[in-house]
Amino acid sequence: MGTEHDHHHDHHSHDDHDHSEPPADVALRVKALETLLTRRGYVAAEALDAVVDMFETKVGPRNGARVVARAWTDPAYRQRLLETPTAAIAEFGFINRQGEHMRVVENTPQVHNVVVCTLCSCYPWPVLGLPPVWYKSSAYRSRVVIEPRAVLAEFGLLLPNDVEVRVWDSTAELRYMVLPERPIGTEGMPEDALTSLVTRDSMIGTGVAHAPGQASTR
Amino acid sequence: MSAPEPAEISDLIPASLKDGAAPVFAEPWQAQAFALTVTLHQAGCFTWSEWANALGAEIARAGDADLGGARYYEFWLGALEKLVVAKGLASPTDIDVTAAAWRDAYLRTPHGQPVELNAAGTPAA
Repeated sequence: MGTEHDHHHDHHSHDDHDHSEPPADVALRVKALETLLTRRGYVAAEALDAVVDMFETKVGPRNGARVVARAWTDPAYRQRLLETPTAAIAEFGFINRQGEHMRVVENTPQVHNVVVCTLCSCYPWPVLGLPPVWYKSSAYRSRVVIEPRAVLAEFGLLLPNDVEVRVWDSTAELRYMVLPERPIGTEGMPEDALTSLVTRDSMIGTGVAHAPGQASTR
Repeated sequence: MSAPEPAEISDLIPASLKDGAAPVFAEPWQAQAFALTVTLHQAGCFTWSEWANALGAEIARAGDADLGGARYYEFWLGALEKLVVAKGLASPTDIDVTAAAWRDAYLRTPHGQPVELNAAGTPAA
């Protein structure tokens, strides 16, 4: 966004493609305008980032929250979400027109999942909205793979040593979303109310869902 | 860093594409096109009414009132390109060539590597 490069994902387990898939024509034209106008000094990349950042929560992050709340309250839906995630998410009408597949990884008392991927093509924006600025930073992308516990601690998430941390690297074809643990004390809460406890960061894995009564921020 | 408030430009977005006063985007490029418009406006590259006229003309030219529909931001991008050209900030050829260069950069970059445009912003030979 506003810079001269665009990051694709970092691989650990390289699979198929030999090149990066170009975005749609409209996206390429926007990138072209950004490139030309920042290079020529009409706009500053930082100013562009600031505007996008302001709206990063406005591209469907509540979509993912609805999926999570349904999974918490409906065991059959949870099972479909884990087994056939793309179809289960499409039940809400959240469809990625680019056709990438979703995979949902479930947090448990023993396992904490965290997702890393990058700008444009490697973020599940139909459910999570626009990627936050930190998510696109090379610091996050490189460090979360090497020292996930330290990175999570910087987000204020201190995990016990006996919890296994799994880092999932998205590919152009496969996008990950974390199914956070349902907070304690939410037994009997209706699905709608649960939705407000699901934060964007809890679906990336850099946070957990809010406890009841805790204000929903990110 | 305090984010600028694009209240005026948000006013042009139909209610069906907003959540209260804030626009909701269906795809990231739409947010990027929106941000670029806001930023150019704030930098003084065009006035509020110039933008409103450009967007209105683009919607009228398309001939179908798809306001609030899936094509709204296509009109938005069309209007932005025309205004950028009219203001002499970039030529249509510049935009075509740079978009092609980005496509080319994606195609020649091994998957998993950062996609970067070369310094000239031109397609690789």
